[in-house]
This record gives sequence, structure tokens and C-alpha cells, in this order.
Amino acid sequence: MAESYLIRGASLADGTTSDILLDGGIIAEVGTGLSAAGARVVDADGLIALPGLVDLHTHLREPGYEQSETILTGTRAAAAGGFTAVFAMANTAPVADTAGVVEQELALGDAAGYATVQPIGAVTVGLQGERLAELGAMARSRANVRVFSDDGFCVSDALLMRRALEYVKAFDGVIAQHAQDPRLTQGAQMNEGALSGELGLAGWPAVAEEAIIARDVLLAEHVGSRLHICHVSTAGSVDVIRWAKARGIQVTAEVTPHHLLLTEDLISGYDARFKVNPPLRRREDVEAVRAALADGTIDIVATDHAPHPSESKECEWDAAANGMVGLESALSVVHASVVENGLLDWTDVSRVLSQTPARIGRIRGHGEAIAVGAAPEIVLYDPSASRSWGTADLAGRSVNSPYLGRTLPGRVVATFHHGYATVLDGAVLETAEIAAAAREARA
Amino acid sequence: MARTVLNHSDISRALTRISHEILESNRGSADLVILGIPTRGTVLARRIAEIIQRIEPDAPVQLAGSLDVTMYRDDLSRTRTRTPSPTDVPVGIDGKTVVLVDDVLFSGRTIRAAFDALNDLGRARAVRLAVLVDRGHRDFPIRADFVGKNLPSATSERINVHLSEIDGAEFVSIEGGEE
Amino acid sequence: MRHLLSTRDLSRDEAIELLDIAEDMADVQLREVKKLPTLRGRTVVNLFFEDSTRTKVSFEAAAKRLSADVISFSAKGSSVSKGESLKDTAQTLAAIGADAVVIRHGSSGAPLVLAQSGWIDAGVLNAGDGTHEHPTQALLDAFTLRRRIHGSASRGRGLDGVRVTIVGDILHSRVARSNVWLLSTLGAEVNLVAPPTLLPVDLANWPVSVGYDLDDAIDAQPDAVMMLRIQLERMHAAFFPNSREYSRAWGLDDERFARLRADSIVMHPGPMNRGLEISSRAADSPQSSVLEQVANGVSVRMAALYLLLSGEKGE
Ligand SMILES: [Zn+2]
Repeated sequence: MAESYLIRGASLADGTTSDILLDGGIIAEVGTGLSAAGARVVDADGLIALPGLVDLHTHLREPGYEQSETILTGTRAAAAGGFTAVFAMANTAPVADTAGVVEQELALGDAAGYATVQPIGAVTVGLQGERLAELGAMARSRANVRVFSDDGFCVSDALLMRRALEYVKAFDGVIAQHAQDPRLTQGAQMNEGALSGELGLAGWPAVAEEAIIARDVLLAEHVGSRLHICHVSTAGSVDVIRWAKARGIQVTAEVTPHHLLLTEDLISGYDARFKVNPPLRRREDVEAVRAALADGTIDIVATDHAPHPSESKECEWDAAANGMVGLESALSVVHASVVENGLLDWTDVSRVLSQTPARIGRIRGHGEAIAVGAAPEIVLYDPSASRSWGTADLAGRSVNSPYLGRTLPGRVVATFHHGYATVLDGAVLETAEIAAAAREARA
Repeated sequence: MARTVLNHSDISRALTRISHEILESNRGSADLVILGIPTRGTVLARRIAEIIQRIEPDAPVQLAGSLDVTMYRDDLSRTRTRTPSPTDVPVGIDGKTVVLVDDVLFSGRTIRAAFDALNDLGRARAVRLAVLVDRGHRDFPIRADFVGKNLPSATSERINVHLSEIDGAEFVSIEGGEE
Repeated sequence: MRHLLSTRDLSRDEAIELLDIAEDMADVQLREVKKLPTLRGRTVVNLFFEDSTRTKVSFEAAAKRLSADVISFSAKGSSVSKGESLKDTAQTLAAIGADAVVIRHGSSGAPLVLAQSGWIDAGVLNAGDGTHEHPTQALLDAFTLRRRIHGSASRGRGLDGVRVTIVGDILHSRVARSNVWLLSTLGAEVNLVAPPTLLPVDLANWPVSVGYDLDDAIDAQPDAVMMLRIQLERMHAAFFPNSREYSRAWGLDDERFARLRADSIVMHPGPMNRGLEISSRAADSPQSSVLEQVANGVSVRMAALYLLLSGEKGE
């Protein structure tokens, strides 16, 4: 008999206060003064209840790079950050370019039980950018893949990109493009501008992102397909996407928490924790992506959670790996960058971190508004908390967070997935306990 | 609380006496080189040379110079970084009698370093030492040949030498002590 | 001085102090006994992840003339160049007891990473990092200019009002970057001349004027012209069409050299591509300071090592 939970006195995104009863695999009741009979009570006084967060862009590293992260450790990090579903990027080893690999990832996610793991399929075989992967087979597999991406690499061949966009229409898929012209970014180390010239680091020009987005929105228009742009980082990209949307092109876009908060000047000390691709940009770019998220030009926030072992970051800048972990801190960073200044309210936050990513990724059972009969995927967040980030706040295998030592607002107090708790009182629950709860929920 | 121990005329008299003693012990000014240790030693060396040239008009024109010992010190990482001063030796020192001049003789470390510095410049026939103040407390078996004033002091006390060329005033004071 | 990582961090007073000490060191180089006992018992490690015989020899000579023990660690070609991390190497050097590490590295910022890492307590001296900085080269260039212009009255002086034109691959040049910051700190006016492809895209923060035309720059009669070495690989990446075109537009050929004032100084950090960025007549003329630059390099590096290894830790 699965445990039922009564969340007592939570603030909903619209500002009302309510009790929420999770029972029988759904949200059974929403209202005030609900009976706690038989249910475990969670005091949510002062906490905001949001639908469980959905990350459209996570690197879980398994199979192949288990020293950085596994599906188990990555979904623990997800739960700690209030996520109940993560889309796992395809750049594993082997690459997720066949039905076999994506089904394996799905099964490992289900067994771990911390969050739904929805595999993303590679666009091209081995991410090589040469031949299309078996997109249809992955779509028809048990993993039900709808998002395809060569993330880490750009599908730079225009013809291949056109074909991929066209082909996935057959099963309502979407191509998520990592927009980076490879020739314009050869050896690139940081945003190209005044600072790169001073630091003597090879530049990653904004135009290398913007030119690919411009090309791809026109391709998507031409073939009538859905296009998603990963990690938009420049003001120019925002302008191109805004133009494309006004034209009616089916394009969606994401921004990462770090591109909402951090700027390139952090690189002055060559601390590789701040090395990421696309790179941290100028203050003007941060302002532009914040405004774009507020006005809907950018649809969602996605973490681009990219774990790396310490030796990949404790080294000289050129030799360091790109990427930052971001699942645990995402909600706090969104809070700090666009909620505290009033650009977004909590309803917007649930849209950009739950409803819209679930819709873009065509995933069921996630991103539903908190209401009777909805999937029991919920996060409770304490907006009045504040903490200085340390490695103890990270729940995955890697600690390459750019926020260590920085104070961020808020704290995830509890996460519920499939009706059971994965996080309670701010602590991630034990692996065995969660695996058992997941088995029971499936039964 | 600083107490003046030598005033302007005390210093002037001391230097005149030292100059006479140098001439006497060297039996004149032949083959004499007077090298001050920066910063105040250099000033004192120049003054002594002027006095000697007044007493003996045929004394060498290039009598005084400056010997920087910074790069020869043994306390490199025990004190703040010292900026070296130029070394300016007017003539070769081989076979000469070199009189080293410093303002205060204390532990003897500076003089020890000066011996090394001198050694790298050539082979002097003899080396003598002149100081304005000898305050005792030596760490090395070094003594001065010509002393302006013996000033027994506690190690916690500070001796301050002021010379008009550098400090705009001319006196020697002692301060501190009671801790 | 705890570390010497870039000229950008140097104040005018610090830079002049270093150049003045280098004058003292240069005086010592004229004596019969060229060695000083200053750094006796100290260990200086030359850690070169990139080949550079010239710079390495210069640092070795500087350290030895100050009586330091010198350990040269040529990382290039050994296990260190690929695979073994900077961290492991640094910890090894710490275990050996290095007091100062002179590091040449292909990655911009590597000396700063080493200095800030906590892997090693030694003072770090940047001997050239990627396309970032090469502070001792700029210091020896400034020293050379100061001596040429002020002679024996150099001590205590800057380079106020001196007009220096730097020509060539600014984008990839650590020598140019270090010179831009240092020369302007010392009061010089710096003019950069290069093909647009070999200039950083945004120079708004640099205290320089910029032009594309070397003839205009020569006609402005600078006090010094510093020619940078051009890497021929650059033409394969479309920075310029070929060496002939580069040389015609941006080389100091005989004709341009003849138009310089007779007391204009011709500088080059070496090694030179004769006939490409500089003609032999210009390089070998009395106006050329190329060999002085090499000799002054030892004095400047002695001064830098002295400042790095004297004083209490953390000063
Ligand atoms: Zn990407």
C-alpha cells in the first residue's frame, strides 16, 4: 500500500493557499481543511507548490562516462533541484542513436525512481553529422523519443538539418539544435569581445550562434517543421527568434540558468568552473535573454546540467572541459535572476520550468497544473530561504558548480514524483527507499 | 619619546675627528678609497672625503663612492624587500685601502655583507670601518676602527640618524626602550 | 612581489623599481665577477611546457648569476606535455622544494591558475602564456628603450611621451599584450599596426591607437618600431593571403627603414624571419636593438627573480 501525502497550507503559484492530497497515483484533492486521515502530513506553511520541474536539457553521462554522473546520481541531483522529469541528452558512449540505447536509459531511470528519464535521440549516427540516426526506430521504441539532438555538436550541414527537420514530422518530433558554427568557433575558448582579446583566449563570436539560428528558422519555415534552439546565449539570437516567431515559424527556445545570471567577466581569473559552451556572455546579453524569457521569445529554462570530474576543471583553461552542473541550483538561480527583479512571477516559473518544457518534449504525466486528477508531480519551494552554496548542496556525482561560495535565494524543501517523496525536509531520500517506492508505484 | 644624543655640531666635530684619524692611520691620503653604505653611509663618506680634501689639498679628487650591499645580505626573506641602490666605486680597489662608512654599527650583518660585496669588486690592500654611532650588540666579530660616538643602548631602543641632505635636519636621537 | 604574472598588474612605481634594479644587475654584468650570492640556497625551477631555448637560457643565466640552484624541467615531449596535469607537475615541484617557478605554457592563464591553485607555495613567474602575456619580454623591451633614450640617466625614469609602433600579429602575440600595458603604464604612446584579421575584434579598452597602414605609421616618425614575428601557419587559416603580400604591406623593408629617423629604434623580440617582417639591413643596423634586447633580458630577469624571492612571503 503506497503512502499518501497531505501537503498542508501550500501557496499555489497564483497566490492562493491550499492543502493538496496525493493519493492513488494522482492529485486526489485540492482545497482547504482537507482531512489527513491515513496520510502523512507535510507542513507547507510559507512554501510555494509548483508542478514538478521538467528539464529539457540534461547530461546524465550514462552509459559511458559514469565517473562524471550516472542515471541514478543525475536523477538524485534532479530531485534535489525539484525536477521530476529530465530529458537525457544523447552524447553518451555509446551514443543514444539506436532504440536499444534509449530503452536502456529509460529502464535505468525507472529503476532508480527519482525522476522520469526521457531519452533524447541523436540526430546523426554517432553525433558525426554525416548520416541520420534511426530516428523512427527511437520514436517507436518504448522510450517514445520525440526530441532529437546532437547537442555538444551542431548539425551544421544545412541539407542534413533540413532532412532531419522534415523527417521527424512523421511522429511529431522536434530537432533541438546546438547552434554553433563549427568553422567560426575553431579552438574557441570564451565569448569573443574586448575581454577575450585582453585575456588572450580564442573567441567564440556571437554570430556563430546567431547565423545557425537564422539559417535553421528559415529551414523550419520552409519545411513546416518544429525547431527547438538549445541554450540561447546572445542578444542577437533573441532578435532572430523574435523575428521568426512573429513570422509564425514553429520555433521554441531555451536559456540556461547560468546564462540568466553569470557574465563573462568571471573568466578573468581563468577559473575553469566558468568554462561552458556556449560561453558566458556580456551583461547586455544577459539582460536580453532575461527580457526574452519574460516576453515569451524564449520559451523555457533548461539546465544543460553537464557534470565533469574534478580533474577536468582543476587545470589550465584550454585543457578544461566545458560545462557546469545545474540541476540542484536551477530554481534558485531563476529566482535570483528573473523572479527577484519582478520579470517573472511564480506562475511564469511553472510555465518555463514545467509546463512548456513538457509540452515541447511531448512527455505525458508532467507539467500539469496542480489540480484534482493531475499527475502527482510537485515541488515545494521555500522562497524566503537563502544559502551559501557548497558541495553539500549538490546531490550528483560531480561538483563543477559555478555557484560554490555564492549566496542564492530559496531552497527546495520537498519533491514528489509519482506521488511519493524523493526529497523531504530539504534532504534527498535514500536510494533503496526510492527504488522500492518506484517499484510499488509501477505495480 | 625621542631623546637627542648628537646635535648638528656634535656630528660635524665627530666627522672632522674621524677624517683626521683616517689620515693619521693611513699616513696620508694616498691609495685611499672611502665607500659609504647606502643610504646615509654614502652621505657620510662624501662628507669625510670633502674634509680630507680640505685638510690635504693634493688628496685624490675621486675619493668617495658608494657600495650597495643589498644583494649580499643574508636576511633576504626575513625582512621586507629592499630596493638596492647603485654601487658607484670611483676607482679600482685593487691594492687600495678601503674605508667603509656607515651611520650606525649594530649587529654587524651589513658590514659582513659589505666584505662580500667588496671581495667581488677586487682585492683591497686593507679594509677599515668608520661609523657615526656604535650602539653595540654585535652578532659578528666586527669592530669599527673609527667611531663618532659610542652609544650603549638596549636592543629594544631605536637609533635614528638624520642628515640634512636626506632628512632636512641634522641630529641623532634614541627612542623606545621601556616596553 | 609574490608573483610576476602580467605587466597589467604592475604600477608605474613597481615597473620603474624593477627596471632600476635591472640597471644594477646590468652593472654587475660589466664586472669581472658577474655572480651575486643573493639567491644562494634558493631553488628556481624552469618549467617549460613549450619549446623556447632563448627564453629558457636567459632565465637560467639570470638565476645562476644570482647563485640560485636551477632545475630545468622541459615538459615538451615528456609525459608532461600531454596527459600529466599541471596539478601533478606543480605538486611534484612543491615536493622538490621549489622557491620560484618560471613557467612557459601554451595555455593563456596557466601561470595564474598555478599561482592561485594552492598546489604549490612558490612564487610564479610567467615566462609566456599562450596568447596572453610575456611580462619579462616587455620589461626588457622597456629597459632597452629607456637605456637607448636616457642612457646613464635612466634610473628612476619612465618612457613619458615616447612613441612606439608595434607591427604584426597583435591578435596572437603575448609580447604585444605585455608591451601595450607596460609601455603605456610608463607613459609611452603605443600605436598598433596590423592587418585587420590579426587585431582583436574589440580594442576599446586598450590604451593604444590602431592603424592598418605601416607606411602611414612610418611617416609619423615613431621613436621606436617593434616588429613582431609572423607565424607562417597563420596564412593557412586565412589571416592573410601569403607571405609575399604580408611582407609588402607589413614588413619593415629597406625602403621603409630608410624613411625612419636616424635615431629611431628598431626592435624585434626574436627569432626573426629575415626578409619577411624585417629586412636584414634593418635588423643589423646600429638602430636595431635586437642583440641588446637579448643581453638586457638577463638583467631584467635577475631583477624579477630578486623581487620575487626577497621579502617576506605574501609581500
Ligand atoms: Zn549544447
